[in-house]
Amino acid sequence: MSEMNETENIHKPRLTMHFKVEEEDFIIAGEAASKTKKALQQLGLKQEIVKNIAIIVYEAAMNIVIHANYGEVQVIIVPAYVTVIAQDKGGGIPDVDLAMQEGYSTAPIEAQEMGFGAGMGLPNMKKCSDIMHIETQVGVGTTLKATIYLHQSDAKQVETGAMYV
Amino acid sequence: MSDYFHSVTLDYDKCKGCTNCIKHCPVEAIRVHEGKAKIIQERCIDCGECIRACPNHAKVAVTDSLDKFSHFKYKIALPAPSFFGQFSDEINIEDILGAFLRIGFDDVYEVALAAEIVTHIVHQYLADRKYKKPLFSSACPAVLRLMQIKFPDLLNQVVPVMAPIDVAAYCAKEEAMKKTGLPYEEIGAFFISPCPAKATVVKHPLTDRISPVDGVIGVSLIYKDILKHITKDKAKEKTGPSLHKARSVGMAWGYVTGESKSVDFGTGLAVSGIHNVISLLEEIERGELKDVDFMELQACIGGCVGGPLNIQNLFVGRVKLRQMVKKYSSTTPYFQNNQLQELYEGGQFELTEPIQPRPIMVLDKDMSKALIKMERLDEITKDLPGLDCGACGSPSCHALAEDIVRGFAFDTDCVIKLRGKIKILAEELLDLAQKLPSSMSDDPAKKVSPP
Ligand SMILES: Nc1ncnc2c1ncn2[C@@H]1O[C@H](COP(=O)(O)OP(=O)(O)OP(=O)(O)O)[C@@H](O)[C@H]1O
Ligand SMILES: [Mg+2]
Repeated sequence: MSEMNETENIHKPRLTMHFKVEEEDFIIAGEAASKTKKALQQLGLKQEIVKNIAIIVYEAAMNIVIHANYGEVQVIIVPAYVTVIAQDKGGGIPDVDLAMQEGYSTAPIEAQEMGFGAGMGLPNMKKCSDIMHIETQVGVGTTLKATIYLHQSDAKQVETGAMYV
Repeated sequence: MSDYFHSVTLDYDKCKGCTNCIKHCPVEAIRVHEGKAKIIQERCIDCGECIRACPNHAKVAVTDSLDKFSHFKYKIALPAPSFFGQFSDEINIEDILGAFLRIGFDDVYEVALAAEIVTHIVHQYLADRKYKKPLFSSACPAVLRLMQIKFPDLLNQVVPVMAPIDVAAYCAKEEAMKKTGLPYEEIGAFFISPCPAKATVVKHPLTDRISPVDGVIGVSLIYKDILKHITKDKAKEKTGPSLHKARSVGMAWGYVTGESKSVDFGTGLAVSGIHNVISLLEEIERGELKDVDFMELQACIGGCVGGPLNIQNLFVGRVKLRQMVKKYSSTTPYFQNNQLQELYEGGQFELTEPIQPRPIMVLDKDMSKALIKMERLDEITKDLPGLDCGACGSPSCHALAEDIVRGFAFDTDCVIKLRGKIKILAEELLDLAQKLPSSMSDDPAKKVSPP
């Protein structure tokens, strides 16, 4: 996270939730999303925002289960924004632009049989977040970072490039 | 009237303070303190799970008593569709309905008949309007209450049509006004209910609209009386138009799948059992099942026949009701299609007021303070044994941590934490005892004489 433009009060207090994602663990994504949702509701966040973050957590965890086998999803909450960081040591994404396209998927046949692999995960996550960034290296792994601002004014600043994480 | 009326309440004397109920409550609304269960009023959705779970029958559903009758000049009973599954199939529905008149009602109107109207309106709504899929049934009040506190985002996908019970009350009163010339206020409509949640919504409607139902009488309260007054003596039977007007389309609403099959539009799905409903709604909230048109969600397993106020075992009731539904499937319907279409177009049974969310889970109104509380909650949870034994009176270690943060409980409520503390205390005591000054020691060996 950038140290620029930081004032004490937007970054504190700070809560981090960790979800370990293991191979073949198709249940964890739903669980992580539910737990995140419950926490965000208890914090009194707007429904729309809660829903979007839950979708990001779910899709990010699912992508690790299906495409990378092992990793971790973190949800970092501060009063100004929520950031979801999904990290894995999987095969990486050779072409991120391609992966971001709706309908593009390399999901294995078993995953498709379970109803995954529509190639909609990443595009949906992008729609649900204010900023999304993917760092990936073939053979090493992938780190995805998605940030959602909790106040309209901050989200607007993102569009004009005045603020970034 | 207090801010929160709930039908589901505790029979204080019967409660033994066991923790069966707290574990079954889908919204973690029960705690056991000082040996007695307590329902957190603002969380309770009146689903009745605790009534089923309590081995001591200490959880009860309060409904109105028959005394409420005296306020009204003309009294109408509105038996639920599932009511007819409570009787042996040798008994005719007409005779059951007749019994209501014999015990003091002036008229009887089957909710199943109103369900036929609702069936048509919902079907047309699905066919004519543009809406976000899936659309949810509005019939089960416990499910709607659940959505208010846990799935507020899905509330705008509830089909904006009144539940059959309200439609029944309006229709019955209108007919009665025509028949008797009495004003609306002097006609009382009483729902004969398998369901505590219905008793609650009548007093505290989900929207701003006042319920047309004047009282709710639990099936268990009236059942014996009805049984006694069912006469098979043909000679004593009242002549005139038959009381029984409902057909299978509406009667089937009494058990799960009945409603969605009757509505019969596109893809339908029926789910019963509050825990099943919760896991399904979680999936839907994440965007699953977007291609299902209509979802019938019922808090009770098996649907309304499984209601906690019913007499019969759920499966027995269901079989009986299904047999009746079959029996009436070929009879000519009471309503003509054009009559139903008029009611749809008239819009009088549309739910115009939105069902508002009730975000009661919030830890603090100030997000920063809520975050601090949540950090503490996290720490406390980690520190608790994680056994979810319930001995502290909260349903799980996490729930206890939440109660501590909210200021309702202490970490020593946890027996395992308490034991740990006692152990430390005991060790300290021992330590102290060994440090007793020698002058006070009774051990002669310790009494060292001065050199
Ligand atoms: N963590 C990851 N590691 C490696 N490859 C990934 C990862 N996440 C996504 N991908 C690649 O990007 C593609 C597109 O991902 P996206 O989530 O959009 O679709 P999907 O997972 O295939 O299907 P859906 O999410 O709709 O079930 C994937 O098929 C995969 O090739
Ligand atoms: Mg995906």
